[in-house]
Amino acid sequence: MRAKYAVKQLSIFLENRKGRLKEVTQVLAEAQVNIRALALAESAEFGILRLVVDNPEKAKSVLSSSGFTVKEQDVFAVEVPDKPGGFYQVVKILADADINIDYTYAFVRGQDQAVLIFKVPDELFEAALQAIQQGGLKLVEPIFFYNS
Amino acid sequence: MDWRKKDYLSREEIEALQLRRLKDTVERVYHLVPFYRQKFDEAGIKPADVKSLEDLRRLPFTVKQDLRDHYPFGLFAVPLERIVRIHSSSGTTGKPTVVGYTEHDMAVWTEVMCRTFGMANVGPGDVVHNAYGYGLFTGGLGFHYGAEAVGAAVVPSSVGFTKRQLMLMRDFGATILCCTPSYALHLAEVAEEEGLNPREDFKLRAGFFGAEPASEGLRQAVAEAWGIDYFEAYGLSEIIGPGVAASCPAGELHIFEDHFLPEIINPETGEVLPEGEEGELVFTTLTKQGLPLIRYRTRDIASLHKAPCKCGRTVIRMGRVVGRSDDMLIVSGVNVFPSQVEHVLTQVEGLTPNYVIVVDKRGVLDVLEIWVEVDERVFTGDIGALENLKRKLEEELANALFLRARVKLVEPRTLERSMGKAKRVVDRRELEKNLK
Repeated sequence: MRAKYAVKQLSIFLENRKGRLKEVTQVLAEAQVNIRALALAESAEFGILRLVVDNPEKAKSVLSSSGFTVKEQDVFAVEVPDKPGGFYQVVKILADADINIDYTYAFVRGQDQAVLIFKVPDELFEAALQAIQQGGLKLVEPIFFYNS
Repeated sequence: MDWRKKDYLSREEIEALQLRRLKDTVERVYHLVPFYRQKFDEAGIKPADVKSLEDLRRLPFTVKQDLRDHYPFGLFAVPLERIVRIHSSSGTTGKPTVVGYTEHDMAVWTEVMCRTFGMANVGPGDVVHNAYGYGLFTGGLGFHYGAEAVGAAVVPSSVGFTKRQLMLMRDFGATILCCTPSYALHLAEVAEEEGLNPREDFKLRAGFFGAEPASEGLRQAVAEAWGIDYFEAYGLSEIIGPGVAASCPAGELHIFEDHFLPEIINPETGEVLPEGEEGELVFTTLTKQGLPLIRYRTRDIASLHKAPCKCGRTVIRMGRVVGRSDDMLIVSGVNVFPSQVEHVLTQVEGLTPNYVIVVDKRGVLDVLEIWVEVDERVFTGDIGALENLKRKLEEELANALFLRARVKLVEPRTLERSMGKAKRVVDRRELEKNLK
């Protein structure tokens, strides 16, 4: 299932320095890379920008050659109705299956759907996908992100 | 005598040779260099007073400032007609130091470089890629003439244009690499960025690295990145350039003491220390004609060992340079050598030893910060992992330095990475002092 549902996420190491976020996004804009979802994690001194983009390979290559440290990781995406309890449904399934969530972020799709992105420990990735599917929820295929 | 035999003389033979040459050098500097005549006279010493190697300790020291004060040719012991080569330091911190070589000095230099290359049996059929700077710096030409003399094919690529260097190394089938250790690592990194495997896509078998201090970790990183034998070349232009000492296959650094007579002294008192103790390395040149130097203080902290080496060589060994007496930082009253910091950083698995030490003052307190680059080998995409790395480094540094240091993780290539000598220390306390 991993091959079918793994979405490539890029994590970019950033010093907490004025203008640095602007520089990352400028590189992507100039390379015509579209950001489909993003989250920014931060500590006191540095941050990690996480991106799902329409063309991960191109994004990684332009960022690396501009001197950014980039790591590619697998995440998965789940589509739920955009209404109270939507997020709860997914988290409950994962918790019941004993799967820790490293982090998650989300965006609204159209009028009434939301897409949740999850990062789980690598060794639990397959188990997480199975739990979601057995729980009757809809996994989003990566083609949704890559074709924009 | 064949240069191949000179590293294997008995201790008696070596010391007899040294004494004969020391007496000759002392005679020459006394009669030919007014600076030395004055110093000897002030100390009440005549050349004839030097009767044994023990008497060396009665002679005055020479320091870098003496060369600057007599800029450009004031310490030369021969007229300019006999000088065939002049090298000079960059002089970024004042007047440059100028060194001159006679034809005989050039032959000595070539011989000690042959003995350096001999450590890896470099000879006909080898392609020596020489990425030391060609020019006023002694590195480039020093290695160049040595490599030619042992019969290797030399590629005088000098510094810079890293991608082109890699192309030439590959296309010409370089077997021996000569450059600074930090540049060797940089070359390997760029090779990887270009999609090449340094261990497999090149024919390198050994390298001669020097001109900057390198910790055990950096040496290992270079040897592993390229899959080669690491040979250290130690030297300083005032003494001759590269070729003062070189490491053997057993990893021991041998001083070519039939030309350069070493001593270890206490840098504070000037007193000679017993064999094996750590202190400032001092050299007296024994065969140089252009610029003979008596008890020249290198500022390098090392030790000396006379016992014959596992490799069979009998010439004296020096321990690795652990720091420079003028590089030593005093932070909150504690002595800190950049090499100690480097050692800790390279202990942490997978970390490229690229860092800068920043010392600052906050109020009356000294603050020590180590800026460490986070590259793709360290970065897992996890905030927690980076925070752990930072904490681990801070703990290890505190253990090694007996001092709290703050670790700051920075993006790659934000640290100044020069093509030649890497700048490792920024002391902002001095900036403030200078502003006042």
